[in-house]
Amino acid sequence: MDDIISLTFLATLVGAAWRLATPLIFASIGEVFSERAGVLNIGLEGTMLVGAFCGFAAASATGNIPLGLFAGVAGGMLFGLVFAFFTITIKADQIVVGAALNLLGMGLTAFLFRTYYVSTGKGIEIAQPVHIPWLRELPFLGEAFFRQNLIVYSTILVAILATLVLYRTSFGLTLRAVGEHPKAVDVAGRSVLGYRYAAVLVGTGLAGLGGAFLTLGHSNQFIEGITSGRGFIALAVVVFARWSPIGAFFVSLLFGLFYALQLMLQAQASIVVPYQVLQALPYIMTIITLVVFRGKGAAPSKLGQPYEMR
Amino acid sequence: MSTRPFLRLDNIRKRFGSIVASDGVSLEIEEGEVHSLLGENGAGKSVLMSMICGMARPDEGDIVYKGQLVSFASPRDAIRQRIGMVHQHFMLVPNLTVAENYILGQGSALSVISDVDTVHRKIRELSERYALNVRPDAIVEDLSVGEQQRVEILKVLFHGIDLLILDEPTAVLTPQETDRLLSLMGDLVKDGKTVVFISHKLDEVMRVSNRISVMRDGRVVNTVKSAETNARELARMMVGRDVRTELPRDPKPPGRVVLSVENLACRAETGLPAVRGLSFDVRAGEIVGIAGVSGNGQTELSLALSGLLSVDTGRVALNGQDITGLDPAAINARSFSHIPEDRHKHGIVLPLSLSENTILQRYDQKPFAKGGILNRRAIGEHTRDLIKRFGVKSRDENQAIGALSGGNQQKLVVARELARNPDFILVNQLTRGIDIGAMEFVMEEMLRQRDSGRAILLISTELEELFAICDRILVMFHGEILGELPPDRNRLDELGLLMAGNKETAGTCGVDKRSLGRL
Ligand SMILES: Nc1ncnc2c1ncn2[C@@H]1O[C@H](COP(=O)(O)OP(=O)(O)O)[C@@H](O)[C@H]1O
Ligand SMILES: [Mg+2]
Repeated sequence: MDDIISLTFLATLVGAAWRLATPLIFASIGEVFSERAGVLNIGLEGTMLVGAFCGFAAASATGNIPLGLFAGVAGGMLFGLVFAFFTITIKADQIVVGAALNLLGMGLTAFLFRTYYVSTGKGIEIAQPVHIPWLRELPFLGEAFFRQNLIVYSTILVAILATLVLYRTSFGLTLRAVGEHPKAVDVAGRSVLGYRYAAVLVGTGLAGLGGAFLTLGHSNQFIEGITSGRGFIALAVVVFARWSPIGAFFVSLLFGLFYALQLMLQAQASIVVPYQVLQALPYIMTIITLVVFRGKGAAPSKLGQPYEMR
Repeated sequence: MSTRPFLRLDNIRKRFGSIVASDGVSLEIEEGEVHSLLGENGAGKSVLMSMICGMARPDEGDIVYKGQLVSFASPRDAIRQRIGMVHQHFMLVPNLTVAENYILGQGSALSVISDVDTVHRKIRELSERYALNVRPDAIVEDLSVGEQQRVEILKVLFHGIDLLILDEPTAVLTPQETDRLLSLMGDLVKDGKTVVFISHKLDEVMRVSNRISVMRDGRVVNTVKSAETNARELARMMVGRDVRTELPRDPKPPGRVVLSVENLACRAETGLPAVRGLSFDVRAGEIVGIAGVSGNGQTELSLALSGLLSVDTGRVALNGQDITGLDPAAINARSFSHIPEDRHKHGIVLPLSLSENTILQRYDQKPFAKGGILNRRAIGEHTRDLIKRFGVKSRDENQAIGALSGGNQQKLVVARELARNPDFILVNQLTRGIDIGAMEFVMEEMLRQRDSGRAILLISTELEELFAICDRILVMFHGEILGELPPDRNRLDELGLLMAGNKETAGTCGVDKRSLGRL
């Protein structure tokens, strides 16, 4: 039992938490943009899978990780374009389309993977940790924070950038207005549909990036259903974070902590709880979060509603 | 003033499906005037003006502005030409600050918001110049409706306009706020601006305008100088016939207490307290009015009384029986009728037929049903009877109620509620959205009900309606009753101050008859 509370254990735990939170951070910050504009994209899971697969495919063909990440973003956005077309232009129900895209994402990636890759069984080189000199030697902090790969470090940048864009630019201001009072935006001479497309593309691009991280920065393989519900958890993160990018960053970290705890406790011989219970931890937390933080108050008031032009 | 009109509309037509909203409208607005557009609900005022400000495009006809033919693709285009409109439903984003609302849509999309100080300063300057009392950093949703309206007006001024269109701006204001708004219009004209003022209130229109155009059924029926007309003539033009202005009534001493409310408190949907400890009685044979600016707890009060909102504390008794916390069906069954504020939400089911709507609360009772089977014949007879007695204009009783005009829908709701022979009638906004003809009818019906010994509580934001039929008026502010007044038009100022929450000064102010002309 000593192990559990030792400093090394904690440091490893925090380091792993950040790594495991990374796909959630990307996806949930993306979803913040989408939902702030009034579009609820429950197709994140499928989108992340597509990102994960595209990233893997591109990297295994070229061996180039940045290119893989780029492919993940592009794959996610392509998926997002489909979602946007049906929900924003055709005005179909966002939940229905999102659910359909989840199924499509799962089916499509499984099919392509089995057709082209499964027999090869070949892994890829994943992004290597970048050890920051001196800092990584720090006791506790070094292990926890300064031995990650660049993709993990970039989550901080993304969170800050997202906050600046949302709160300090004309684009962000309009985006926030689109989810609350789209007609006011229309009257002010901006295209509501255009902004919603942009928001969905930012959202799905980041979800694709989150997916690509799974194959390029975490596991070195694509596995069917590799996202294992992270797309859905990201939706819960957004609610818990009250639709703020910085909030999404920290709430994702919290969920990352549950993932890490779950993994590390499984490895502890001294723990007698069945491992399935531990595995369920992040999902149980998701449900509790959604119940406790229903958070209607902070939700964009036109969330999920198509906009009828004047 | 130039001889060439500032703005000329030439034979404008606009249809929505089968509805003709503008039926060949021609209209001229002179530079520097306050031009009122008067007309009943649905006359086509808002649609006409939305075409001037770029919200909609006419199907036919020309808009000539400052001597040039114009066609606006969006309100932004209109703003560029210095035409701005304050809409009936505000175009403010509630979770943004005033300043953010003003810069929304300005500059390139990719630009970083800078110069906030300049914007703030400009807002403060304008606010001071026109005494609008708008703070640039206030969050819109924290502001009262009256304040939000000033924010809207300032927004248009901020963008710089020569022509300002105000769509029914006084509908949400207290009498004092209305006074301020009307004098603001004067100030704007002094600064060289032109104002189009939409209203259906005759007295305001008479007070403020140079010229008045009256609209009816999508047409301008007449344009007159306000100096050369009077309220009576305007009313006739609006409705197309003479309107009776004073309803005959002979108040009798009220009878026993029918509804008794003690210390009632409840919260709004948002969880914030909306009704804070109200107590009052309504007796048989009297109409008690509740006046107040909308949003002061009236909605929650009527929902709580009718069982649609749970009560935190306090007691409601009907005929001496405690009905607090009962569900709406149980309350209805105890001789309680409810004519709701939002008839689409709480009164009728739009896709259902008139017949089905008349038995919404009684579908399981004889003679409308026997052994769980509806008796179509009895229902049809009953509905036809109501349609005839209340003059509901419809094809037949099987028509979907959604196809009827608002006035006729309201008549059917009133008919249904009265047909149940209630002891107590709760009315929230008796005449909202209905034409003057129907208005007269339902008000007279309320008086008849009172005379036959029913107890009536009338919640309303239309003071004219309250003065016309109530026996006494309670004023509600922030969920409390601030005072009680007789329905005396001479005490309008006092009423207005109470409506604004000003209890101390309300007793001391002078009499001012000017503020409320009669029909
Ligand atoms: N967007 C719309 N679609 C269909 N009908 C409309 C629309 N806007 C207005 N109308 C109809 O046009 C008529 C005139 O409406 P409006 O101009 O709003 O009247 P008001 O004089 O009360 O402002 C009404 O019958 C209304 O129902
Ligand atoms: Mg209107």
